[in-house]
Amino acid sequence: MSANFYYGVEVFLNGLMAGVMYSLVALGFVLIFKASGIFNYAQGVMALFAAMTLVGIQNGQVPFAHLINAIFGTHVKEFGWHVPAFLAILLTIGVMILFAFIVERYVLKHLVNQEPIILFMATIGLAYFMEGFGDLMWGSEIKKLDVGIPQGGNTWIEESTAFLGGEEFYGFYIDSLDIVAAIVAILLVASLVLFSQYTKTGRALRAVADDHQAALSVGISLRTIWVIVWSIAGFVALVAGIMWGSKSGVQFSLSLIALKALPVLMLGGFTSIPGAIVGGLIIGVGEKMFEFLIGAPFLGGATENWFAYVLALLFLVFRPQGLFGEKIIERV
Amino acid sequence: MLYREAGDYKTSYAKDNQTFPIKFDRVAYYVLLFVAFCVVPFFINDYWANAVLVPFLIYVIATLGLNILIGYCGQLSLGTGGFMAVGAFASYKLMTAFPDVSIIIHILIAGGITALVGMLFGLPSLRIKGFYLAVATLAAQFFLVWLFNRVPWFYNYSASGQISAPERTVLGINVTGPNVDAWAQYMVCLVFVVACVWLARNLTRGNLGRSWMAIRDMDIAAEIIGVNPLKAKLTAFGVSSFFIGIAGALLFTVYLGAAEVGEAFGISKSFLVLFMVIIGGLGSILGSFLGAAFMVLMPVLLKNVLVGGMGWPTDVAAHFQFVIVGGLIVAFLIMEPHGLAQLWRVAKEKLRLWPFPH
Repeated sequence: MSANFYYGVEVFLNGLMAGVMYSLVALGFVLIFKASGIFNYAQGVMALFAAMTLVGIQNGQVPFAHLINAIFGTHVKEFGWHVPAFLAILLTIGVMILFAFIVERYVLKHLVNQEPIILFMATIGLAYFMEGFGDLMWGSEIKKLDVGIPQGGNTWIEESTAFLGGEEFYGFYIDSLDIVAAIVAILLVASLVLFSQYTKTGRALRAVADDHQAALSVGISLRTIWVIVWSIAGFVALVAGIMWGSKSGVQFSLSLIALKALPVLMLGGFTSIPGAIVGGLIIGVGEKMFEFLIGAPFLGGATENWFAYVLALLFLVFRPQGLFGEKIIERV
Repeated sequence: MLYREAGDYKTSYAKDNQTFPIKFDRVAYYVLLFVAFCVVPFFINDYWANAVLVPFLIYVIATLGLNILIGYCGQLSLGTGGFMAVGAFASYKLMTAFPDVSIIIHILIAGGITALVGMLFGLPSLRIKGFYLAVATLAAQFFLVWLFNRVPWFYNYSASGQISAPERTVLGINVTGPNVDAWAQYMVCLVFVVACVWLARNLTRGNLGRSWMAIRDMDIAAEIIGVNPLKAKLTAFGVSSFFIGIAGALLFTVYLGAAEVGEAFGISKSFLVLFMVIIGGLGSILGSFLGAAFMVLMPVLLKNVLVGGMGWPTDVAAHFQFVIVGGLIVAFLIMEPHGLAQLWRVAKEKLRLWPFPH
């Protein structure tokens, strides 16, 4: 076997890992879309905001330091304490739940029964709002996020696979962080499935996803469900934010992962949790392999920006509801 | 009291179908045209042209284009930035390849090329609907920007990857390049706006516009009563992209002068135009004006107030601007989901009854 083949396999494995990261973001979209029919563009910014809040709490930053300094001419910056990672994560979850509550109270409640496009626009507005709000609160510089997840190449995998190739081959390089992310994603999906299948709230969530009106008529409070769903989506956003933030730092570009998650959604279907996972894997592997085999040698590289979209587009032409989406039935 | 149909007798079908049935509106329209063509050019200065009027006029064309697609035909598109880039690059290639031909013709052809590209990317709309289509149009956005970044032929192999507009004249007056007068920029854009609005108005109230609206309201029902969805959707994509291409070409040649594709025509431009459409009002030509004016004016105003008036540092002001823009969009959607045009409609109803509302 040539070294190039093994390199290809490595690209494939890394594609799988990247796919898991995309799935993490796509999950949040699916949860909200299923429960409220809202296409939540703000999911990426929620991940950014959650990661920023986590870093801010960990480092004991003063919220709105820039704004306070600008108005009162003071120079406050930090409280001077350092919060342990676990506690900081708990506090951030609290902030995300509060956020879900506020969104429901001040935005969604007033937009019931509007057309989907209006709701979609509202979430774009929300995304802008949170982006500015997060920057105002914690500052816009690039921050390092460290909650104790191992990083760098995994030496165990590298050493134990080195025998496969010849002289030139040193084993597969896979980032430990990606492995942790994959495990976390599996746990997250498993717990979400268990939650929605075996708890009372989970059953209520599925009822709302099925039919809003019917759920209302059997006494399920839509507003409570929405708060719960947005809280869960906030939690998923936090997980995605931690993973992406540890990987590439907490910065504005983190919010753009939402754009990476959209083709995943199209491929997997907007309403299917397994679809988000499988779609993520297909997109992750597809774009990495395309870049490796065709993009970099023939097309001048950076095809990752659009390949996922074109793949999803071609796929949808043959199956308009995505891989696992519910069949679209139209009546006059 | 002035704002009434009463006493304004219509004696022909043409008069009955006119755009402004109320005399007050008609007079106001002609006065506005007169002011725009004969008064403003004499008073305009560089600041007003560059910060407000020229971008406003260009975005009116883009908003009009997107409004035809979303508001009239019901096809959600997020590829506006990419289509504007097609217009810009098409006009650039034409201008450098045929320097003797008038720039007006180049811009029109650039619009035509964008229309073809738009129809190509509109083909999936026959199978894909709703949000799936919106995400699919993002494919156009990312693919086109990548294409213009990576293929050197499009930017004439320039070292920086930028395109810059060469100097061109209309009737002997500079309209592009560094030595252009504010009033010339303004007049070129104004002429295009008036032509595009006239075209859009007459298309949307004709046969084609009605078939678009039928598709928007319910595509299956429209198909059953004999609207050809292929024709309706593709013409909507074509006409919309034509306008957007003209806007992109004007933005590059007349306004920016030099552009880098990822920066000038990125995804944020798509969202900006989408905001203009929604805030102005879906399916309304007046709304396109109002939405564009709102989104162009507000950042200028905010910047003047926050940085100029209150002396905040620019980065804090920029963040605050995001908060305000986002908050206003949400607030707007809650208070008036049908946009500024709807506010005007309500005001008109009130005006008709004023001062005796009962």
